[in-house]
Amino acid sequence: MARFVLTNITKFVLLMLGVSLVTFVLVSISPVDPVQANVGQAAYASMGEEKRAQLAAYWGADTPLFERYFNWLGAALSGDLGMSLRYNAPVAQVIAERALNSLALMAVAWVVSGALGFLLGIFAGAYRGTVFDRVVKGYCYLLASTPVFWLGLLLLIVFSVQLGWFPLGLSVPIGVASSNVTFVDALHHLALPALTLSVTGVANIALHTREKTIDVMSSPYVRFARSRGLSTLRILREHGLRNLIMPAITLQFASIAEIFGGSVLVEEVFSYPGLGQAAVTAGLGGDAALLAGIAIFSAMLVFGGNLIANILYGVVDPRIAKREVTSDEL
Amino acid sequence: MSFDERALKPSVAPASVSVTERAADLLHLPRRKRLSNRKLTLGSFLVAALLLAAIVVIGRMVLPEATATDFTMKNLAPSLAHPFGTDWMGRDMFLRTLSGLSTSILVGLFAAGASSIIALVLGAFAALGGKRADAVVTWLIDLMMGIPHIVLLILISYACGKGFWGVTIGVALTHWANLARVVRAEVLQCKESTFVAVARKLGVSRLRIATRHMLPYVLPQFLVGLILLFPHAILHEAAITFLGFGLSPEQPAIGIILSESMRYLSSGMWWLAVCPGVALILMVLLFDLAGSSLRKLVDPQSAQE
Repeated sequence: MARFVLTNITKFVLLMLGVSLVTFVLVSISPVDPVQANVGQAAYASMGEEKRAQLAAYWGADTPLFERYFNWLGAALSGDLGMSLRYNAPVAQVIAERALNSLALMAVAWVVSGALGFLLGIFAGAYRGTVFDRVVKGYCYLLASTPVFWLGLLLLIVFSVQLGWFPLGLSVPIGVASSNVTFVDALHHLALPALTLSVTGVANIALHTREKTIDVMSSPYVRFARSRGLSTLRILREHGLRNLIMPAITLQFASIAEIFGGSVLVEEVFSYPGLGQAAVTAGLGGDAALLAGIAIFSAMLVFGGNLIANILYGVVDPRIAKREVTSDEL
Repeated sequence: MSFDERALKPSVAPASVSVTERAADLLHLPRRKRLSNRKLTLGSFLVAALLLAAIVVIGRMVLPEATATDFTMKNLAPSLAHPFGTDWMGRDMFLRTLSGLSTSILVGLFAAGASSIIALVLGAFAALGGKRADAVVTWLIDLMMGIPHIVLLILISYACGKGFWGVTIGVALTHWANLARVVRAEVLQCKESTFVAVARKLGVSRLRIATRHMLPYVLPQFLVGLILLFPHAILHEAAITFLGFGLSPEQPAIGIILSESMRYLSSGMWWLAVCPGVALILMVLLFDLAGSSLRKLVDPQSAQE
């Protein structure tokens, strides 16, 4: 146990160092001029050569890359990720505010897509070859080829423009003071983005659960249960569920990277003020500090998901906990 | 192969077979001649590949028409003359979509090509370079998988400056990890196999083993992996262009078309978003078809399915 904790802490530290270094180098080699990005186009054009040099020195634009990296890393470790240019606030604060919106969106999509995908997968696998199975399979393959942002546009056209059931975007109504925004309002604005993200997330988990269900249904213990006269539904409940639910939950934890990626696109489509939209604004607006902060935050989230998945693997399969096989071999 | 119509031809059938027996055979003939599965699979691969090639060629050829504006024909809903309708500048959306798709394939071609070479080199290096090399490559793969693709793509195109090369380099650098895993596993398997052990004992040089034994062993899986990279590459290119990081607005690209369409959705111009999106999905499915039929052809386990 102690070894497991230690390995994972080492892994986490190494990964974070790698991610932050990659992020930092990428942001640094950008052709975006830090001085120009900071003061803006108009001010930059009207300012003299001397002033520019002074500002460049102020922001440390000519200090060597690694020195800048270690300065930034030291500050980051004490919680200071720098100032966001576009939002005019500390990066940590911007991330904290936006993360709440994003996490709400991702959590809903994560639960809904997991539950729905799991159910579809089980019934498709149990009634393999039927019309239902074919529809589920076709739906999953089609969704795997569908860009999530296009699906969002489609839902927007149908439900917001044509039917008018949902608002066109944002996370709260326009022109209402933030103290007057009710929970229902927030839910109303969350519905379509969450639906988009859930619908696409179903494919992976449904196909995976379907395969597992087919394995389980052809196992000796299910054959024995059948010979005892149990119905398919009872077999699923008593023998299927406990074998299928943990791998599904594990897979769902391991797919956090995809859900995060999807949320970036969905937030952009619905102008939903979350981390993804902030990342896009930061990238387009030359806000290096915020971009780096969000990249590292997303990497932490993904690591957390993978870690939980790895721990759950051990719970599901005692052989892994005893280090006889690794989760990669499954 | 259960039944063959040759059995019915009088010249092949034994003389002793009675007329009634022949008639019975006739009743059991399949109603139409069936193609063998392998031929069907090969056929669907070729059709998919040809269609995709046609999209590239035609898309490039209609580029001038696709960007031609005609303000007397603006904001038209789909009709026979304009199957996908026209936009607010009177450009024909069908032609725009077609050249957008061809751009996507070209980005995909560069990106998937570069990505697969990275995967091949790193995968082989991990499998053959010893424990340290393996650990380094595995860590690199973990690193790649540790940041969501879209975030990494935003970072890379921020670093490269936007545009064609930014998005191509971005997609190339983010998509090698899965294929590298496959290559690593295949090379490891091949290394452990008896025929390589025999060749080594016979004193065959390492270079010869690599080119004569390893390459033919890994190549089929590698090619399939390469083709199946395309759908991901194309979808990610469209996504990153949609966000505003990829191709520039004057270039024909599905991402641009879709992000422009957002401004006209509330005025009811649904065709600007729906038609190009459907075309993109169809193209991705074509790549999928090509990849999975090629896999069926080269993988002996599923060759007869």
